[in-house]
Amino acid sequence: MNDRKYELVYVMKPEASEAEVAELQAQVESIIARVGGALEKTDVWGRRKLAYDIGNHKEGFYVLHVIAGSGELMKEIDRRLRVTEGLLRHLVVRIDESERKAERSKTIRVEDSRRRRIARGLPPDRQPGEGPQQADGDDDDRDGYESPEA
Amino acid sequence: MAFAKKTGPGGKGRGRGAKAAGDKKDGQRRGMFRRRKVCKFCAERIDDINYKDMRMLSGFVPERGKVLPRRISGTCALHQRKLRTAIMRARQIALLPYVTD
Repeated sequence: MNDRKYELVYVMKPEASEAEVAELQAQVESIIARVGGALEKTDVWGRRKLAYDIGNHKEGFYVLHVIAGSGELMKEIDRRLRVTEGLLRHLVVRIDESERKAERSKTIRVEDSRRRRIARGLPPDRQPGEGPQQADGDDDDRDGYESPEA
Repeated sequence: MAFAKKTGPGGKGRGRGAKAAGDKKDGQRRGMFRRRKVCKFCAERIDDINYKDMRMLSGFVPERGKVLPRRISGTCALHQRKLRTAIMRARQIALLPYVTD
């Protein structure tokens, strides 16, 4: 059950100092170390404008982690973040399944096109400078944006 | 290809997103030319609609902050569903607004 992958995004108050940010990251890491799991990636987005005000904040400090671990681990992290001061929002999303699905539909698509190309007697991969790069023929923009039919 | 290249009106559109709006129901289209809408995600082969990709998502969230309906964007059902989840996630962490007035 340890083969899941999660994404954790949290938003801290904009006035959080570097030390506070580092401390929260260390906290997350310590939970990971305790429960078991691995921190795969850390991405600090930094200050960003919020789409809506939270409290009286208009900006937030965003941090993203990619974590491999069990559901129990994420539950514990979630519980800890809930009670953390200075945190505006956090979000945990499981990503391994959707990544796998995207990967699969990609390989299916590649194989499909190869099969069809072979059936047409062509080399399996597109040769450089062959055919139109993108299908178009859709340039009659007589009414580009349609009004909603109420 | 997952979608048929532009078929004529009433042509046998196969695959998702190939249905022209109101193709069968009102047979007469009073001389109106309507571009066939194609699902952006099918066309660009985006398998994974990510809630962090603000540049992509903001195109589907009009000024009011609502999700752009399928009948306008032409997105296929599968991708509209994924898009909706992505927008809902982005809203949770204040990347997108719930409402703007």
